[in-house]
Order: sequence, then structure tokens, then C-alpha cells
Amino acid sequence: MSAELTPRTRGWIWFEALAGKHAKLVPSVPSVLVADTTLQNERIRFLAVVPDPDNRFPCARQGQVGLQEGWNLAKQLRDAIHADKDGEKRAIVAIVDVPSQAYGRREELLGIFLAAAAATDAYVSARLAGHPVISLLAGHAISGGYLTHGAQSNRLLAFKDPGVIIHAMAKKAAALVTRRSVEELDKLAEKVIPMSYKVEDYAKLGTLYKLIDGVNVDAPEPNQVEQVRADLLAAIGDARSGDWDLSSRLQSEGARNNRSATLEVRRRLAEQWNAG
Amino acid sequence: MSQATLLDPRQFLARKSFIELNARERAQALLDEGTYRELLGPFDRLESPWLPMQGVVPQADDGLIVARGRIAGKDSVILAIEGKFQGGSAGEVFGAKITATLDLAQEDAKRGRPVQVVLLLETGGVRLQEANLGLEAIAEINSSLLALRQHVPVLGLIAGMVGCFGGMSITASLCSYLIMTREARLGLNGPEVIEEMSGIEEFDARDRRLIWSVDGGGQRYATGFADDLVEDDVEAIKKCIIEAFGRGIPSKHRSEQVDDYLERLAAIDVSHQLESSEVRSVGWKKESL
Repeated sequence: MSAELTPRTRGWIWFEALAGKHAKLVPSVPSVLVADTTLQNERIRFLAVVPDPDNRFPCARQGQVGLQEGWNLAKQLRDAIHADKDGEKRAIVAIVDVPSQAYGRREELLGIFLAAAAATDAYVSARLAGHPVISLLAGHAISGGYLTHGAQSNRLLAFKDPGVIIHAMAKKAAALVTRRSVEELDKLAEKVIPMSYKVEDYAKLGTLYKLIDGVNVDAPEPNQVEQVRADLLAAIGDARSGDWDLSSRLQSEGARNNRSATLEVRRRLAEQWNAG
Repeated sequence: MSQATLLDPRQFLARKSFIELNARERAQALLDEGTYRELLGPFDRLESPWLPMQGVVPQADDGLIVARGRIAGKDSVILAIEGKFQGGSAGEVFGAKITATLDLAQEDAKRGRPVQVVLLLETGGVRLQEANLGLEAIAEINSSLLALRQHVPVLGLIAGMVGCFGGMSITASLCSYLIMTREARLGLNGPEVIEEMSGIEEFDARDRRLIWSVDGGGQRYATGFADDLVEDDVEAIKKCIIEAFGRGIPSKHRSEQVDDYLERLAAIDVSHQLESSEVRSVGWKKESL
């Protein structure tokens, strides 16, 4: 596959920048980039999903997370888990820039939901086995694509940048399904924070470990790449000292402010669980 | 894996439709008589904080019922999605009720008091009116389910007619065992969304036969994505659930069978559009390890 013909998505850019020249590229499929490297004594496996214009599956040629991507992410994660099972657990860093899941008949017939489940399972298994799993949201993180690649991390980092869009559905499709105009959706998002397409609003939900500011995401300077490396290492260290579930997302100020209903449900259900 | 069972004529006439029941009725029907106890029910009024902001009337249980009780004498909890409320879609409170239940069940299992969990999946996925909190809810449900299923089987049942789509189809695929009726459907993307994103040639959303040939319970069972195919009958479904729990934790969950599925994927010719019969006949369904 020719690198020149492939669109240079942010997934590519940041995979190359972070994994660096000394990274060992791990054999994989063209749409799932894998590299092992060491940053300041931390062994890291980087994973990115990128466009493959020659993908066997025509509906997954623009970086969508489809069958090959789901199952191959699962394989690369499980290989790392297996290799490290008796020793130190390397960190896993998912670089996320995915427009969505793949939308196709082949995908549905061959169980894309199971491919997504396999990757989800592998990410969670890595986390539960003691591997710090970190996501860097560099571009789009939409819907099933994000649930499959990125959503299960111990720590989520995102760039503060208009090109970083985390959402349940792309805006045009969401407008269609909810029978509203794009302008109406934007207006709603001003008061209904979870509907917003802006990463600054996403950050208010309290799931992010860090919102990284001051980086030219499409063409980072070397010192900016160094900064991001430092942020990743901090996140890895923080993950190693914390819990292996997703509880940190509910302990944030954002959760207290904007997920108070969630916290109330958890408190009241625990009270009622054994009563009666 | 069990075989699909047909009812004999007397059973057929006496059958009671499960699909026609609402979520609360389904949970009551599955639990042993007199053992039903609803948690965080309508009187607790834990509603969506986001729907009223948009002029949508919330529901006091946010479309998700948590019902403790017994199934064949064993301590159980049923998480029943009400498909008639917002298409059974996942919002913040809905998701929190599921995740909190899974987490509490896990704590109990670790203390040697296992609780069987049944998910009644009738959902279109993320509730777009709550977008990112719906998305986060599904991520957290999946995480908690994966942790719980190591201790005790988690059953998923898709009965219809909403089916199970969107991010919740990932949840369905993480269940220890998945039971479907023929009327039910399972898919990541619904037909309309595929048609919109990839064109009518890829998927004609008005073709009901096509829809069920791809997403329907019969196809999913025949191609190994569901473990059991069951009649739309309360007794048959109860029996299937009991039998499935009796199998215990699977030695290898479907979502762990990575090498196997990579092999199958490599072997199938996808250079042309696939027909459902083709996928059934190429040995895509194999006995799991």
C-alpha cells in the first residue's frame, strides 16, 4: 500500500509522530497501524485505525471501523496481553480519528457488531489485566467507531481543537434521524451539553483526563509532540496508580456537575439492592 | 448450543406471546411468581434531566426496568428495556441503572452470592437527545458486563419488535449467551442508516425480506451470532433462559474467538455483494470451542 496515496489523517500523523523513528512496526492489516516503542522506560504499543483505499470491504475504505479493523485490533491487543502475561504490562495507546463504523451489507451479514465486541473485549481485558490503556482523541471519535476503538481506556486525552469531534452520530445523519435541521441541533446543543459537537463541551461531562491545548493538531511542531508525549506518560503513570475500571470518569468535577443523575442512580440503587 | 425447537400443536394453541408484553410485563412473566421486586421504579422518579429541556416528556423509569426476583429458584435480576419509550434508546439514567446493576451483581458474585442477570434488549442504540451521555452509557455498560461475565453468565434476549441496534448490539454480542426469536433483529446499523450512508444498492431499507434475511433471528442463529432461537412464547422463553444459565460460564466467549473469526473472514469471498444464503452455507457457523 502506498503511503502517498493514502489520505494523511490525524490518526496517521500522530501515530508517526508519537511512535517515532525508533518504533518497531508490527505486522498488521493496512487499516490498523501497530507499533511498539519505549518512551522513558515505559513500553508502549500504539494502535491507530487509518484509511485503506484497497480494503477488501468497500464500505470501510475511508478509515471507518469495520470487520477487519475490529478483529485485528482485538488480535493485536490480545497478542500484547499474552506476551506480557507473566511480566510487566506495557501501556496501550489508542490514537483515535475514526469517522464512524462501516455501513454495509457485508458488514451486517458477517457480524460487525461482534467484531466491535471483540475489540471492546480486548481493550477491557487489557485494562483488567493491568495494562494502562490510554486514548488520544485526535480527530473524529464517532459512534460505533469510537465504542470499538478508544472508548474503553483508563484515561482519555483529547486535543482542544475544532477538528476533534466526539459524538454519537455525525451531524447530518443525526439531523435526519431526529427530523431537525443542523441549525436546530446546534441551537439545542447550546443548552443540552451532551448533544454538543464541540470538544470543550464534551470535556464538561467529566470523562476526559486532559484536554490538550496549544497544539497544531494537523501539523505539530516538534516541541508540541514532546508535550503530548509527556502528557501520555503522565496519563500512563496516573493509570498505573488507579483503578482498572472506568470509575475515574465518575469521580470528576464534570461528573458531579453534569452526570449528577448517574451518581444519584448509583447511590439509590445500592440502597435498594438488598432492602426488602 | 441448543437446537431451535418447534412447539407441538397443543403447545402452539396455548402459547402466550412474549412480544406483545411491555417491559414490565416481560420481567414479571420471567420471574418466579411472587418474587418480582422493582428497584428504582416509577415512584423513585429518576427521570432524564435532558429530555424536558427539549420539550420531550420523560418517563419515570427512563424506559429501563430493574427487577429482582428468582428464576427457577435462583437469585436473578432482569434489566428490561421498554422499546416503546424513545425506541428503547439509551439515555443517561437508563444506562446508569444498567451499569449500577451489573456492578452490584459483580460485588455480590465476588462475595459468593451470585445473581443471574438477564438483559431484555429492545433498543435502537444511543438516545440522540442525550447523545454523548448515551454513548458514554453504552461504553460503561459494556465495561461492567465484561467484568461481571467472568463471575456469572449474563444472558441477552432479543424478542422484538424493536430489535437490538446501534451500540447496544455490541452489548448483545458481549453477553455470555444470546437468545433471539425469529421476529427479532440484531444489527449494528439499521437498514435506513445503511441506505443513507452507503446507498440503496447496498441496502434497500423498504425491503422487509432483505432486512430479516440479514438481521433476523433465524439468520443470526444459523450463522452463529445467536446461541438460541426460541418461539415467541413465554414458557418457551423461560425454559430457554433456565437452560442457558445451566450451561454456566462459556469456556470461550464468542468475542474472545479472535483467531477463529479472522480465519473465517479471510476465507470468505467478499469481492461481490453477499447474499444471506451464501453466509449460511459457507460454514460460517461453527461449533464454538
